[in-house]
Amino acid sequence: MDRNRLHNQVASMRRSLFDQGYLDDQFIQLEELQDDTNPNFVQEVVTLFYNDSTRLIQNIEQALNSRPIEFCKLDDYMHQFKGSSSSIGAKKVTNECTAFREYCNAENAEGCIRSFQQVKQEHAILKRKLEVYLQTVRQASQTA
Amino acid sequence: MNVSSVKGSMSISSSTSTWKAGDTISDQFPAGLRVLVVDDDPTCLMILEKMLIACLYKVTKCNRAETALSKLRENKNGYDIVLSDVHMPDMDGFKLLEHIGLEMDLPVIMMSADDGKQVVMKGVTHGACDYLIKPVRIEALKNIWQHVVRKRKNEWKEFEQSGSVEEGDRQPKQSDDADYSSSANEGNWKGSKKRKDEEEETDERDDTSTLKKPRVVWSVELHQQFVAAVNQLGIDKAVPKKILELMNVPGLTRENVASHLQKYRLYLRRLSGVSQHQSNLSTIISAQDPTFGSLSSLSGLDLQTLAATGQLPAQSLARLQAAGLGRATAKSGIPITLVDQRNIFSFENPKLRFGEGQQQHMTNKQQVNLLHGIPTTMEPKQLVSLRHAAQSIGNMNMQVPPHGAQSSQNNPLLMQMGQQQQQQQQSRGQILVDSTINHAPRLSSSMGQPILSNGIATNVSSRNGIPENIRAPGYSQTPSMLNFPMNHASELPGNSFALGSTPGVSILTSKGAFQEDVNSEIKGSGGLMPSYDVFNDLDQHKPQSWELQNVGMAFDTSQHSNSLQGNLDLTQSALGQQGFSSGQMNGHNRSAAVASKAMFSTGDVKELGSAQNVNQHLNNLLVDNTIRVKSERVCDTSPANIFPDHFGQDDLMSALLKQQESVASSENEFDFDGYSMNNIPV
Repeated sequence: MDRNRLHNQVASMRRSLFDQGYLDDQFIQLEELQDDTNPNFVQEVVTLFYNDSTRLIQNIEQALNSRPIEFCKLDDYMHQFKGSSSSIGAKKVTNECTAFREYCNAENAEGCIRSFQQVKQEHAILKRKLEVYLQTVRQASQTA
Repeated sequence: MNVSSVKGSMSISSSTSTWKAGDTISDQFPAGLRVLVVDDDPTCLMILEKMLIACLYKVTKCNRAETALSKLRENKNGYDIVLSDVHMPDMDGFKLLEHIGLEMDLPVIMMSADDGKQVVMKGVTHGACDYLIKPVRIEALKNIWQHVVRKRKNEWKEFEQSGSVEEGDRQPKQSDDADYSSSANEGNWKGSKKRKDEEEETDERDDTSTLKKPRVVWSVELHQQFVAAVNQLGIDKAVPKKILELMNVPGLTRENVASHLQKYRLYLRRLSGVSQHQSNLSTIISAQDPTFGSLSSLSGLDLQTLAATGQLPAQSLARLQAAGLGRATAKSGIPITLVDQRNIFSFENPKLRFGEGQQQHMTNKQQVNLLHGIPTTMEPKQLVSLRHAAQSIGNMNMQVPPHGAQSSQNNPLLMQMGQQQQQQQQSRGQILVDSTINHAPRLSSSMGQPILSNGIATNVSSRNGIPENIRAPGYSQTPSMLNFPMNHASELPGNSFALGSTPGVSILTSKGAFQEDVNSEIKGSGGLMPSYDVFNDLDQHKPQSWELQNVGMAFDTSQHSNSLQGNLDLTQSALGQQGFSSGQMNGHNRSAAVASKAMFSTGDVKELGSAQNVNQHLNNLLVDNTIRVKSERVCDTSPANIFPDHFGQDDLMSALLKQQESVASSENEFDFDGYSMNNIPV
């Protein structure tokens, strides 16, 4: 049945997100918070995260492009970004943030720039995956 | 909620009683716990809110620290616990923590993605009752109610047992070592602070023992005896019982001694902490009446501490202390005071400035010592050292070493204005201005005002008020902090504080600048400071300068004002004693107050009497405080002078300095960012 199929699909997508390390335990916390009073909680949080993180990314870009590079500021922004991404359970993104901060502490501009590319990449990949996943979840709940 | 306004005295208040009593969920504790969560990250905020709701708590969320503070201020009893992020754009989480600790005494839990040991330690030292690492899990939130219960329990205990049970720290709930802020939070004086805020009067903190017991006023002499006893026994071995025996004062109970000892210890701690970092910044101006008891004792403590640290001669210390030490809540040197937040002792910064100015005065004539209120006579040396100290700021405790001692640095909160006493007058209300200057950048106006008025009026009486006022270091946006005794301005004249009437007070109010540290309670040591001559000597005729100064100060930081107030109180009392025309100040103060309105929202200035004294105080305060006031002499500039358009610190300071003839160390940099003060050992 469609419903079963969809549910299975949801389950397997979810499993792979975890298995591949895109998401971690914190995401489960979010899922557990979702209930009848807030049936779309996870979706809302993820949306909020992506909206907000766009802004943070821009800030970091700007800071990276300015000369001289203000590592303190960069660290600050990245700290915020990391806090945000870790709170939704975005594991890979968070890891890249940690790497970035190390470069930042070492004041390694090159390293920062490269690392930031990684951050952005992971951020984008996860975004796509979550979009698909959540859409499937929605469909599954609708057909249910 | 129906929480009793008087926190300590009445009830545990806060949530347990509150919701037990009034709310429907009372039986479901911890359900219904009223949590305020502050985080600039919207994602985290949303998640936290949801988690807290899932724990059945009642959640209020804010994404800015300022908003959170104003919510808390509007509704002091409306929240049981606060969760705050460390990294926030508008205000550092630790600063917020301090403020809350000082003003509201609520348990605060810090959160951060940063799990570095230093940051966590910072949380501890600033008085956070817990520190959560992000991402926060719901399990971690399920148990936050324990902090509320614990705090309540400690407060209650304290209340019941009137003071520390044993040597002292009963309260420290969170960190025994307590940082200034912790202590502030904790209780002892926090409770009183709160109370004072609410009730302004009455309960003294160390009255925990019973509401019915008459408050013990730690007069200079009494404090001296206390210190002597402690020194005799050795600070480590000094237990209330033995101290009591040694002191042999009829009518004094072990509890009184115990709570006084506790404060003293805190003060000592603070001093030692501060000394490391800064040098005497704290001026404790306690312009409160001796009855203030707790406050006084604190000031006394500070003084004592100073003495203990060798900075102040015991005598002066005693004097200062007696004068009504401001609360020496601060831990040694931890600027947190500020508490703010300030805290009562948040006179630090301003004190420094003030102190310096004062020093000069003092040396000359018993000018007001750094301690704002306390007209201690500072020797030139002291002033200088004070000044230096002021520079270091943070919570600078100005020490106004009694003749001879140099205060330099380490007096965390006590500015010993006491010295003056020796010379001139009788105990003036010592205004201990805590050098919470650190924090207080803002205590200013709002704080200043209340303090001033109180202080002035009562010199002593304000005690109640003062501590409260002083308490609010830092953001003094609301005068609440300044509940300083100044409000009692009416009583000034003739108050025990000899400060003299108003002048002292007015200074405070206007000072705004001092406010920062004014928080330190300005205790009018109503009788303690025998001679609050400091002010008198200084320039009595310059009321205006004071006012302006104050005002200016006030603007700068609320804290300053507090401190000023403290000074004012002292001055007031001193003046009073001296027979100063309180009227003078009043007039000035009034104007000053008005001017400084910004800072001091209250118009207590009126009460300020001899502006002169106040001015002096202010000057001193200003000088001491590292407030940005430039240390110019403010001197007798007429009000016109003093009132710089904006009460620029510079102007004020100059005015002050001028008067003081001190070098004016303008430490303008007073950065009160709360933590700047000094010592936050992080």
